[in-house]
This record gives sequence, C-alpha cells and structure tokens, in this order.
Amino acid sequence: MTPFDLKRPLSLADARSAFAGDAAWLAGGHTLIPAMKSRLRVVETLVDLALIPGLDTIAVEGDHLVIGAMATHAAVAASPVVQQAIPGLAGLALLIGDPQVRNRGTLGGSVANNDPAADYPAALLALDATIETSHGSHAADDFFQGMFATALADDELITAVRFRIPLASAYAKHRHPASRYALAGVYVAKFADGVRVAVTGATTAVTRWPEAEAAISVGISLDGLALTSSDLASDIHAGSGFRAHLAGVMLRQAAGAVA
Amino acid sequence: MQTQFSLNGAPHAADAPPETLLSEYLRDHLGLTGTHIGCETSQCGACNVLVDGDSAKACTLLVATLDGAAVTTIEGLGTPEALHPMQAAFKTSHALQCGFCTPGMVIAGIAIARRHGPQVSTETIRHELEGNLCRCTGYQNIVEAIGNGAKAMQGEPVGAPAPAQKETA
Repeated sequence: MTPFDLKRPLSLADARSAFAGDAAWLAGGHTLIPAMKSRLRVVETLVDLALIPGLDTIAVEGDHLVIGAMATHAAVAASPVVQQAIPGLAGLALLIGDPQVRNRGTLGGSVANNDPAADYPAALLALDATIETSHGSHAADDFFQGMFATALADDELITAVRFRIPLASAYAKHRHPASRYALAGVYVAKFADGVRVAVTGATTAVTRWPEAEAAISVGISLDGLALTSSDLASDIHAGSGFRAHLAGVMLRQAAGAVA
Repeated sequence: MQTQFSLNGAPHAADAPPETLLSEYLRDHLGLTGTHIGCETSQCGACNVLVDGDSAKACTLLVATLDGAAVTTIEGLGTPEALHPMQAAFKTSHALQCGFCTPGMVIAGIAIARRHGPQVSTETIRHELEGNLCRCTGYQNIVEAIGNGAKAMQGEPVGAPAPAQKETA
C-alpha cells in the first residue's frame, strides 16, 4: 500500500479538522482497504472513525429506526431492536458478504460507497430513509446519484441512517456465489401511505421500481413482471436479460414475504 | 506508529508504519506464519484471526487500528501436545488436504461455534463458511470437523464477547 498518515480522532469535531488534503474516512475498511491495496485508491490521510463515541448506536425513535453509521453488519443482523422494528433489514444485513466481512463492515461505509450491487442502498431507498451527516441530512431519494456516486461532499461524514419503520418489508437477493454481491436484489416495503420497491445489482445504480410499486399497490399479479430499465447492468457474471428476469423473481419472493 | 494490543494472550507493543496490514505484520515482522495469505483481496479467509473473540480477515486490518484489541492467531490456540478442541476436531476428521486454508478454517470454525453453540446445524456451518475457500474442495470433512469441534467446545460460552455497541429501545 502507498504510505499515508493515519488519524484516530476521538470526536466528530476532531475528525472534521483531521480531514485535509487527499483524505478518506475509514469506517470498517472492507471496501476501502482492498481498494487501497490494489491502488485503485491512494490517500494521503486516512481518518479512522472507530474511536468516536456514539456512532454505532441502534435505537427506535418514534416511527423511525435510527442506526449509527459505524454499526457493523453483524451488529445490525443480531440486534433485537432491528429484528423487532424492521426484521427485513436485519435479514438483509445477514446476507452481506461473509461473517468476517459482517464483523467489520459498516452501514455508513456501505452507504457512502454506493456500490451498484451493494445491499443497503436498496433498503435505504425502499424504507424512505434519511441519511444524517456532519453537514445536515439527505433523503435517500436524493442521496444515491448513480454508480458509486452520492450527494456527499468530499469531507462530509455520514453519522446515522434514519429508516421509516414500515408495516412490513422484506429483501430478496440472488447472490453472486463467489463475491456474495447481489446479481439482483429487491427490497419491498409497505407503508400505510404506499409501497416502495428498490432494486440493486440488476441496474448500474440502485433505483426505485415504479412499475412494481404500482402493481403491488393495486394488487395485480406480479407474474411475468421483469425489470425494464435503460440502465440494466451486464458483465461477465450475468447479462442484462438474465438480471432483468432475476429482478422479477426476487420481487416476487420479497413481495410474497410481506403479503 | 505505536500500537499496543494483546497478542495470543500476552501484551504486545507494535511499531509499524500506518499502512501495515495485520497479516504482513504477523508474518514478516513477528514470524507468525500460521496466518496464511491466500488471495489478499478479502475473499478467501486463509488469514482469519480472532479480534476481540470474533473472526476477522488479517489482510484487511491495519495494525495501527488495533490499539487495545485482543488478537488471537492460530499459534495462540493450542500446542502440538494440547490442541485446541477445534484443532483436534480437524485432525480427527482429517479436515485438510494441502492445509493452506486450515488456519483460517479453524478460526472461522471457532467463531461459528461461539455464535451458535454445540448444536450448530450443518446448514449453518456451510452458510457461515462462505468467507473461507478450500481449493482442494475438502469442505465435507471441514464441515464435519467444525460440528464436532463445536460440541467439544461446550465449556466455552456461546456467543461472541459483548460488542461495544449500545442498544436502546
């Protein structure tokens, strides 16, 4: 790895002042460190967030579930608070990577990275989440802006994600057998005021699926529904047609689990 | 960069540049070559160690972030005369062929046993081994060994050590 300075601040204020020049935030590091090892990413300063208190709390506040950015996937999956408030989200966390990745990888890191095949972005979109940051907050609908792109400024730090607690929700994912990333993942969330569906992996960036939302809302059959999008992903792992089909299968699985 | 942590039960003071990975520190600085480097891309699990009682990939951890942690490598589990129960189970079930993935498999197996207890199902073991690759494809005996090792570890508390995580309802 190319040498860098490591800062380990004890407060958000110190973290923000430590972030200078070509810097990056270190959360769980399970995307960033591999990227740095392969020199896809070179930084002068790495600001480790592990010692800042209060960034990994999990709590229900009114009709929202608030999860700190540094909460690991393992902590979210095992949390009785999450399991009770949004069991679909706990189930999603258990499908990320492998146990070693889940022990270190974090909600905030996954959301900030916005990998087009990551799981959490679909949950944030479907659960109408608000991303709280050092600078303010973003609605999930505005936050994800395409492959690896978000509304975050360079020095902006996610502190927590505020999920709207749905009446019911579920995530279904067809995992790539080696990488465990989603070839297609669909999160369905039912609220009193409507249904939200988000899809990851099948498209080049996480996106809502309006046709699926409308179909579930009015109760028409989802049989045969496949994802139609001008942004279907296609690579050596799966072509766009297969991904569109898989998205339909995952939709029916997730919708069946919340019916 | 100065870092103090517990290594295989003994206090350890590391002095390594910030970019030093735990896997390379263990092998190149300390000669603890039981922690293997397979893929070095966080996929294969050959470098698994226990950090604060739970499994982690040493190739994806910076030594300088381990201040105050308790790190256990394969060398810290048992001795040739007194194997850790999971190591003994691997031996009994002949759960290795070339042996390269074995240290990471044993560590993953201990973490599985701690999470799920002595009655862990074969299905759970297989699901939770998804981060460990055996290129001899000897999974059958590995899964059997972890099941038997989990039973032999009965005396150990079930569940990882309490995380530093606070939860309020």
